[in-house]
Amino acid sequence: MKRIFQLVTRNQRSGQILDSTRRYQNRRWLASVSNIKPEVKDSLRRDLEAVIGETQVSSSDSVRDQHGQDEGPHRGAPPDLVVFPSSTLQVSEICKICSVHGVPIVPHGTGTGLEGGTTAVTGGVTIDLIKNMEAIREMHTEDFCAVVEPGVTREGLNQFLKSDGLWFPVDPGANASICGMCATGASGTNAVRYGTIKENVLNLEVVLADGRIINTAGNGSRSRKTSAGYNLTSLMVGSEGTLGLITGATVKLHAIPESVAAAVVSFPDVQSAVDAVVSTLQCSVPLARVEFLDEVQMMACNKYSGLQYPEKPHLFIEFHGSESEVSAQAEFVKDIVEQHGGGEFEWAVKQEDRTKLWTARHRAYYADMSLRPGCKIVTTDVCVPISALPQMIQLTKEDISASGLIGPMVGHVGDGNFHSMLLFDPENEAERQECKAVADRMARRAISLGGTCTGEHGVGLGKKELLKEQFGQDALSVMKAIKLALDPNNLMNPRKILDV
Amino acid sequence: MSLKVLVGCKRVIDYAVKIRVRPDKLGVVTDGVKHSMNPFDEIAVEEAVRMKEKKLAKEIVVVSCGPQQAQETIRTALAMGADRGYHIDVAADKMATLQPIHVSKIMAKLAEKEKADIVMLGKLAIDDDSNQTAQMTAALLDWPQGVFASKVDAKDKGLEVVREIDGGLETINIDLPAVLSADLRLNEPRYATLPNIMKAKKKKVEKVKPEDLGVDITPRIEVVNVEDPPVREAGQSVGDVEELVGKLKDKGF
Repeated sequence: MKRIFQLVTRNQRSGQILDSTRRYQNRRWLASVSNIKPEVKDSLRRDLEAVIGETQVSSSDSVRDQHGQDEGPHRGAPPDLVVFPSSTLQVSEICKICSVHGVPIVPHGTGTGLEGGTTAVTGGVTIDLIKNMEAIREMHTEDFCAVVEPGVTREGLNQFLKSDGLWFPVDPGANASICGMCATGASGTNAVRYGTIKENVLNLEVVLADGRIINTAGNGSRSRKTSAGYNLTSLMVGSEGTLGLITGATVKLHAIPESVAAAVVSFPDVQSAVDAVVSTLQCSVPLARVEFLDEVQMMACNKYSGLQYPEKPHLFIEFHGSESEVSAQAEFVKDIVEQHGGGEFEWAVKQEDRTKLWTARHRAYYADMSLRPGCKIVTTDVCVPISALPQMIQLTKEDISASGLIGPMVGHVGDGNFHSMLLFDPENEAERQECKAVADRMARRAISLGGTCTGEHGVGLGKKELLKEQFGQDALSVMKAIKLALDPNNLMNPRKILDV
Repeated sequence: MSLKVLVGCKRVIDYAVKIRVRPDKLGVVTDGVKHSMNPFDEIAVEEAVRMKEKKLAKEIVVVSCGPQQAQETIRTALAMGADRGYHIDVAADKMATLQPIHVSKIMAKLAEKEKADIVMLGKLAIDDDSNQTAQMTAALLDWPQGVFASKVDAKDKGLEVVREIDGGLETINIDLPAVLSADLRLNEPRYATLPNIMKAKKKKVEKVKPEDLGVDITPRIEVVNVEDPPVREAGQSVGDVEELVGKLKDKGF
């Protein structure tokens, strides 16, 4: 704690508070990296306007800028044009036009990704799929599924379902587009019980680079299981816009639990917190959410949300089920927590109390950003087998401490997945490099322990080297072959995940 | 205490929907558009259910006015924990001219019929923003009112109500029977779960016409015109303060 405090005050004393006003005044538009000739651009624009209308094609600086920058630490790059189609057919026509002109295609959802997925590294056309395509196409309450367009977000779908007693549980924190979540292979706090997006997608409508429109599990299919043909749905999930554009998703819905209880408990150290989780999972208690926040994160949350939690590692837990199930689970976990030296359980059952309890966790990212106003964050995303988690977290904390960075930590410990938020000054290249170095070491450590370099955020721009290390040449060659088979001219979101 | 609570819930266009004006400019498009219970009424229903859980209330009766689809709203309230419902049958085309004065007369009549101890309403409906029904109902019944309630507790033989007002919070003590209206921070409503939705299908909903209660819903207003707000024009960038002042002067400021 003392060390973090010293870091913050040292920055203040050396006058390096990142003054947001000053930075805005010095702001340039993002540097354009397009290499499209002007004549091509004119012809391209005319063809696009003929299909979707003049008002749905934009070349304004601010629109292009906004579309080229996501919420992560990677410096964005604007496309040449941004288009706003209103239907899958229009998306298909746009792809055909871009293919003819040889121009890159970048899909855009809510722009809440963290890995540079929406960055138009070689310019091109960004297809904004959410503005005009926001329908819930079908709702099948008895079959527990719904078909949504890209503009439907997680919160939007849940609001729609509220009175039907159903919900869509994949919750990556941001209010992301559900189709976008399919593209990045998203997960979240509820994955330990309800699965990631992969387990909750039945079918995807995808537009390929050449304009072909396919349904990955069959036309109109919403079968709960299938053994028919190659698993194209799984292929597209997590493909980050490099194989096709997702224009529709058939997703599984779940019953809203009868009873929900949330609890917060502190631990004397990281080891005991993680051990408590491991024990609980070993006893196969069906925890709905179990989030780990380290002492640095608790400090940030306290400051940001005006809370008064002790600055120690905490677990935020949620139980779902019938009233008796929830009581039984909670009692059981209380015992386990005591055995591992945990403090008092702070409980909530009422909706607003649970919301308050979880506010600290939900605002974690913004709480971290306010530790150093104006900073950017490298968010790590490693996932390891549960048994390796205590060691992984311990070694990581030592590394962060030794590097002198501020790195609060939150973790979906039920999945063995945790995030370190490494803060850096975007004007300080050395600091950015240090964060990247720590993140890379963390990923390599995870890979060596049987884990993965990215549990839920995706590869995007920043983890291409790690991908090679994790998979090796042969598996990479298979990925490249698939990429080239579906997108021979490398127009679909170029330079993301892998280079061809 | 074992109070009987009468709760009003209105079926409105869902807050997340993009509203579109009808081509005839006499209203907004409602066909095929997602509707749900007015959010403030959800809070009112939730408060009634909590009173029942705290053993303050013994029965919750919900009321909704409208065409057949109003029954969906009543079922949602029943799934949240209400006991019985009244569907006041009003044709879809009459809904545009059904006003707080009519609804408050209906609520007052039902309150007397049911011998209710508390009438709970949302503080306003998100489609007309009137904020009149609770106050009018109290006046018709000559009952005390605790409107914009952000906290309600039993105190002695009456209620202690904390109200959200411009200056902050006001605490009042009122006798029963009383009319209350729910403000945003009163509570966060629970979700209807599948088993409760199933149970709600078996709860009793009585269909009644306004005339049966002796209430005349003849329109007292005529909708003349409904228009979109004006389209936002592009802004203008100015180079410095002088130019800004010059442009403002040109506009007559």
